[in-house]
Amino acid sequence: MACIEARGLRKAFGTTIALDGVNLRVEEGRILGLIGPNGAGKTTALNAILGLTPYHGELRVLGRDPWTERDQLMRDVCFIADIAVLPRWARVSQLLDYVAGVHPRFDRGKAEGFLAKTIIQRGSKVRELSKGMVAQLHLALVMAIDAKLLVLDEPTLGLDILYRKQFYDSLLNDYFDRSRTIVVTTHQVEEVQHVLTDLMFINQGKIVLDCGMEEFESRYLEVTVHPEQVAAARAFKPIQERQVFGRSILLFDHVERQQLTALGEVRTPSIADVFVAVIGNQAGAARAILKERRYE
Amino acid sequence: MNSHSNAVPESRLESQIMAPSVVSASRRMYWSVRRELWESRSIYIAPLAVAALFLFGFLISTVHLPARMRAALALNPAQQHEFIERPYIFAAFLIMGTTFIVAVFYCLDALQGERRDRSILFWKSLPVSDFTTVLSKASIPLVIIPLLTFAITVVMQLIMLLLSTAVLLGSGMSGSTLWAQSSLFQISLMLLYHLVAVHALWYAPIYGWLLLVSAWARRAAFLWAVLPPLAIGVVEKIAFNTSHFGNLLKYRFGGGAAGVCFTARGLPMDPLMQLTPLKFLATPGLWIGLAVAAAFIFAAARLRRYQGPI
Repeated sequence: MACIEARGLRKAFGTTIALDGVNLRVEEGRILGLIGPNGAGKTTALNAILGLTPYHGELRVLGRDPWTERDQLMRDVCFIADIAVLPRWARVSQLLDYVAGVHPRFDRGKAEGFLAKTIIQRGSKVRELSKGMVAQLHLALVMAIDAKLLVLDEPTLGLDILYRKQFYDSLLNDYFDRSRTIVVTTHQVEEVQHVLTDLMFINQGKIVLDCGMEEFESRYLEVTVHPEQVAAARAFKPIQERQVFGRSILLFDHVERQQLTALGEVRTPSIADVFVAVIGNQAGAARAILKERRYE
Repeated sequence: MNSHSNAVPESRLESQIMAPSVVSASRRMYWSVRRELWESRSIYIAPLAVAALFLFGFLISTVHLPARMRAALALNPAQQHEFIERPYIFAAFLIMGTTFIVAVFYCLDALQGERRDRSILFWKSLPVSDFTTVLSKASIPLVIIPLLTFAITVVMQLIMLLLSTAVLLGSGMSGSTLWAQSSLFQISLMLLYHLVAVHALWYAPIYGWLLLVSAWARRAAFLWAVLPPLAIGVVEKIAFNTSHFGNLLKYRFGGGAAGVCFTARGLPMDPLMQLTPLKFLATPGLWIGLAVAAAFIFAAARLRRYQGPI
């Protein structure tokens, strides 16, 4: 059984289409990065998966309909929707008590163990903690839940680099065990590149790229081309070309590595560069279509 | 780091063994109610503060107590009873008024506050249904606040009685008339009956309406709660020159309940004779009100499902 399975997922807010027939399938034990520009529909997709918003189309999460069965689903699913959603009036000990009281899969000892590695005091109120400490506290609560699916929507937004690094490190080392599934959205793409097993780009409510990281690494190649070979390299139809310190860097999709090694230095591109190329080209194509229509 | 990563599989094993543990619906409810009390501490702080303030005033007034007791002894038994009972009744009404205001403002904030501070996203990440959450919030004005009002009032009246007795004994008078005429036990029973009948059952649709507005309004919940009923009344008056809706509200807030759960005062010696629970239970207004309250609470729970942070 797939962890998440969606077919023809649609959602509109008035005339704005947030999800435009999304099909996706996330297998168990994957760490999926859902990457998209602002307003692409990432949060809407996650909200649908978490039963926070109604939708059209078919959607199953762990075999359940999230909209009608949210409370049962939350026994096996955890999410951090945003940092700073923990109630500011609550004490750390009260949050531990409450989650232990209502969640059948919460291991309080484990949460206490995670907290012991931080400087968070049991008696502190959430409003007294720094932004980074709130994120640590939330992560400690969530990691102590034996869930099958963890959804993180911009979990490190506004945190400094130390906290961000620590956040993903503890997620990988202390939580992920190949039987759980993690879905994460973030703008800090470079920080999750080594964490992900799967990658999805979403733009204007549509999935525009869906591939495993192994496929990503064999499919996309970036070449710093020797100046005299730029013309030869362009013959392979790069999806993007940019200049860095006077040298041309070309990004290729579906071109054999052997063919490129002669042209210059070949390496795996960063997700961010591929993202800019794929989404940027799309935006460019969209603009071109609009222009053509105007001239017709 | 190494020792830690070794420890993880063990605790994982433990949690798998513990995994089948199920959280019962009543346990989720219990913790949800406790959560409300953690968040809205005014529920008990406000009446306690008023009680402390009243007791402080009462303490100062005991200076004149021996003189007043001497004057009271000259009255006939019925007047004497009323005279002695008065401060105790006043204390009860003071606490009830306070907790009613607390309940109104609690309800108005209950489902809007969690959206305003975005914590609804955290609560919704836990396996607690919207219905359980809304029910736990409704139980605050319907169950917790009446019980709390009762407890605080009884303790307060007891302190008043002991204080008065001490003052009387100190000035060489006996406290026996005071104990006989203040009839604390009967006052307590009446108070409990009044709280259950009026504050919990009769006012239930008011709390239900406030919760519904709180679940729906993005801001200014108080205005949304008050202005639409007012507007309906005004439109009715202008259009039909009648005031059925206004009378309905008046019946709910004012005389309605008191008229059916107590007989008129006048049988002073045994106040418990004034209670008319059967008449109260036979009043259609009670059951209609409860049905309306249930509908409001159900609607609030359905609304919460669609609501996110504001």
